[in-house]
Amino acid sequence: MAETHGAQDTPHRPPVSRNTVLRLLGIGVVAAAIGIAIGLSIPWFPRAAAKQAHTIDTMYYVLIICTVPVFVLVTTIVLFSGFRWRMRPGEERLDGPPIHGSTRLEVIWTALPSALIAALVVYAAVVLHDIGVAQPNTLRINVTGQQFEWTFSYPTYHDAQGKPIVTYQLYLPNNRPVIFEIHSVDVIHTFWVPAFRLQEDAVPGITTSFRATPDRLGSYPVICNQLCGYGHSTMRTTLHIITTSAFSTFLAEHGYSGPSAQTASVHSPVTTSSTLADAGPTASKEGSQ
Amino acid sequence: MIARLRAPGLHRGILAIPLGIGFAYAIDLPIRAASHYHPVLDGTAILQISMITAPFAFLFGLGAFDYWFYWAAGRPTRAEDHSSHGARSWKDYFRVNTDHKVIGVQYVCHSFLYFFIGGLFAMLMRVQLAQPGGKFVDANTYNGLFSVHATLLIFLFVIPVFAGLANFVLPLMIGAPDMAFPRLNALSFWLLPIAGLMLLGSFFAPGGSFASGWTAYAPLSTSAPIGQVFFTLGVQFAGASSIATALNFLVTIITMRAPGMSFFRMPLLVWANFSTSLLVVIATPFIAASQFFVLLDRALGFNFFNAGSGGDVLMYQHVFWFYSHPAVYIMMLPGFGIISEVIAVKARKPIFGYRMMAFSLLAIVILGFTVWAHHMFTSGMPAWLRDPMMITTAIIAVPTGVKIFSWLATLWRGVLHMDTPMLWAMGFITMFTLGGISGVMLAMVPFDLDVSKTYFVVAHIHYVLFGGSVFTIFAGVYYWFPKMTGRMYDERLGRWHFWTTLVFFNLTFAPMHVIGIEGMPRRVADYSSQFATWNLFISIASWALGLSTLIFVYNMVVSWRGGPRAVANPWRALTLEWQVSSPPPIFNFDSLPTIVGGPYEYGVPGAVHAVFRDGAHVPAPAGSRAMVHQE
Repeated sequence: MAETHGAQDTPHRPPVSRNTVLRLLGIGVVAAAIGIAIGLSIPWFPRAAAKQAHTIDTMYYVLIICTVPVFVLVTTIVLFSGFRWRMRPGEERLDGPPIHGSTRLEVIWTALPSALIAALVVYAAVVLHDIGVAQPNTLRINVTGQQFEWTFSYPTYHDAQGKPIVTYQLYLPNNRPVIFEIHSVDVIHTFWVPAFRLQEDAVPGITTSFRATPDRLGSYPVICNQLCGYGHSTMRTTLHIITTSAFSTFLAEHGYSGPSAQTASVHSPVTTSSTLADAGPTASKEGSQ
Repeated sequence: MIARLRAPGLHRGILAIPLGIGFAYAIDLPIRAASHYHPVLDGTAILQISMITAPFAFLFGLGAFDYWFYWAAGRPTRAEDHSSHGARSWKDYFRVNTDHKVIGVQYVCHSFLYFFIGGLFAMLMRVQLAQPGGKFVDANTYNGLFSVHATLLIFLFVIPVFAGLANFVLPLMIGAPDMAFPRLNALSFWLLPIAGLMLLGSFFAPGGSFASGWTAYAPLSTSAPIGQVFFTLGVQFAGASSIATALNFLVTIITMRAPGMSFFRMPLLVWANFSTSLLVVIATPFIAASQFFVLLDRALGFNFFNAGSGGDVLMYQHVFWFYSHPAVYIMMLPGFGIISEVIAVKARKPIFGYRMMAFSLLAIVILGFTVWAHHMFTSGMPAWLRDPMMITTAIIAVPTGVKIFSWLATLWRGVLHMDTPMLWAMGFITMFTLGGISGVMLAMVPFDLDVSKTYFVVAHIHYVLFGGSVFTIFAGVYYWFPKMTGRMYDERLGRWHFWTTLVFFNLTFAPMHVIGIEGMPRRVADYSSQFATWNLFISIASWALGLSTLIFVYNMVVSWRGGPRAVANPWRALTLEWQVSSPPPIFNFDSLPTIVGGPYEYGVPGAVHAVFRDGAHVPAPAGSRAMVHQE
């Protein structure tokens, strides 16, 4: 039937010596350490201005530590193979060793990444829960997006006419938990505060929300992060995180004359509508819980 | 002259377009008159109907339906004598041709045309973004540029170019004389120019091109000017093409394998296209649905996505991503197949863990349908959906990781022929790993809450689709260039192309991770001055990246015209497409091969993949273990 001709005289590539593997491992560890060091030393994020932001930043650095070695592993093997096993003159007819697989290796590289990923998912789920926990004394802010402008209203603080205070820049007292309830009057926008590391879409017909606790005084950008038309890139405003007393002054300037800001609005956490059944076009959904 | 215009072809096709438009008037005017609409003559309505009738008229004129019309009318059909097989001159590539090899070349060339148009749009975008406050185009045009850029590269380049490569190679690989449905195959191709011209034509629409991103989220898309409809309908034609091709691949793979080619003797490219086709036939109807909803909302006031009338805005995103996430795998799995072919042949080793490679493809198919809402973590969808979608998204990294590690193990101790296809394959492994890593990061909801919709996401998708898909496409084009054209490409230029692209690709897209995390949103025509330095850097790198593809164009054109003649099997590969001449004979095989072993048995003493009964072809001069079967 079949016959071979031209038997292969040249031997296959020899197995890699233990020494080489160890050296390769050493190179990989050093490269990963350098990669992680670089990854951790880059000032990736803008200034954080909320408690939630620190948690998310930490999570990012954990992700760097976990993923840089994966990239280094792959790159090291590709580069090593390219240098060590490239075809050299005289090897034009040489074939590699007929290795078809190794169940042990395949189990390892299925199980180890699965374990790593499972750990990361659990960690992320915990972080996700933590940043959405309802706090006492939460300040409620209504955020409304429309082409191409943000409007903020403070439903617990009314002016002399009995209407909620409305502003076009966002003023928040430091260290007081906030829940943003987000609406849109036309198309989808995204209410994004990079300093908080949080965003949620403003969707016509429903109310979305997220929570944050500002913890650093200053002014920060508020950005629309969902393409909303020709003016999208200009749909920005500013968040001012101010002291509690400055916030009282701010309220007074806008006509609020009730009890001091500190005590006026002991606001019970907004309840989540737990089923979609009661979620009509205007039902409230909590985004970040 | 008259006879020439009556014969099927481009002339008759173009001549038929006014008839199609006339038909649109004939439908529209009586209905508007009968319903007492004012005015009776409405340009927008006519335009929308014309965009459906004119393409069909064109296809009819082209002759894509001739056989079926003759059959339906009871007239004598021209029996399929394969007279339209093969291409004798370049003109044959502009006709309806039922030869899978001609169609494959048509697909690949047509797709690359849109690769360059789409890439050009990207470079225009980078002109606008080179400095903050850019005045190169206005915001609306800019929104149009990135919308059309993404749409062209997804629907007119990555998806069809894979279909084209597989169209050429896959029937050869499984020992089939053609695809299962050659006429449907031709129709699938000719739907693409329609889609492409429609998407490009939107720039001439009143109010500008569609400018709501390739995602076309409602209600922005339902309230946009008429240019949006060019997307809504263009995508339908591209999608129909995609579904028809996938169906063709499935039937071809299931029913037309050569004797002895069991599923587990199929090359992994065939496995990859089998998996991709499953994804396409199941998922693509969902994007068709989402765009029909938009069309009905716009044209007939259905209010699917009008919250004020009880519509559900988020439903658009669920339906859209139910296709568009699997579409990510539609744009990647065929590339996985190409890489498996290239690495096995160029490392002279069997693919490590062949069965796991096949099963991981199927795992990705199934898992691919369970992760769509990870595009919607910040969309305002019910919060409980976040955890399950995060879990499934993370799990899908495991079969992908299995593939990466298996390729690495295939390289290990191989005899690496580091020529152009192999360089692209090895470049792909590293670049795609980076894209996979940023993908796992984005799957972690709390991190996504910050960087969703920023330049970090732009960086991620370009590492996956450029460093991933496009690198595999280049690997495949160089690898099969000798087979498709019968000529060898210039190896030195191929390497220059690889290294320049690798460098400038990273210089372009790596900094986008940084500015994304720093807080630069995507899809903006202007940005805060704090990002100015990086943006100028990215713009310059992107123009260099664009220039690097000129090396590719020059190499392909010059080599196709006058490169050295290619032998049948320049890579000493075992798979069947290399056992026939370059380019292959019109009917692929003079005698059908019988498959007697796996496709990647490099280095296995005495191993054979296929034997030919009459010895007309010399199979597998691979390594020293070539086999000739003799009776």
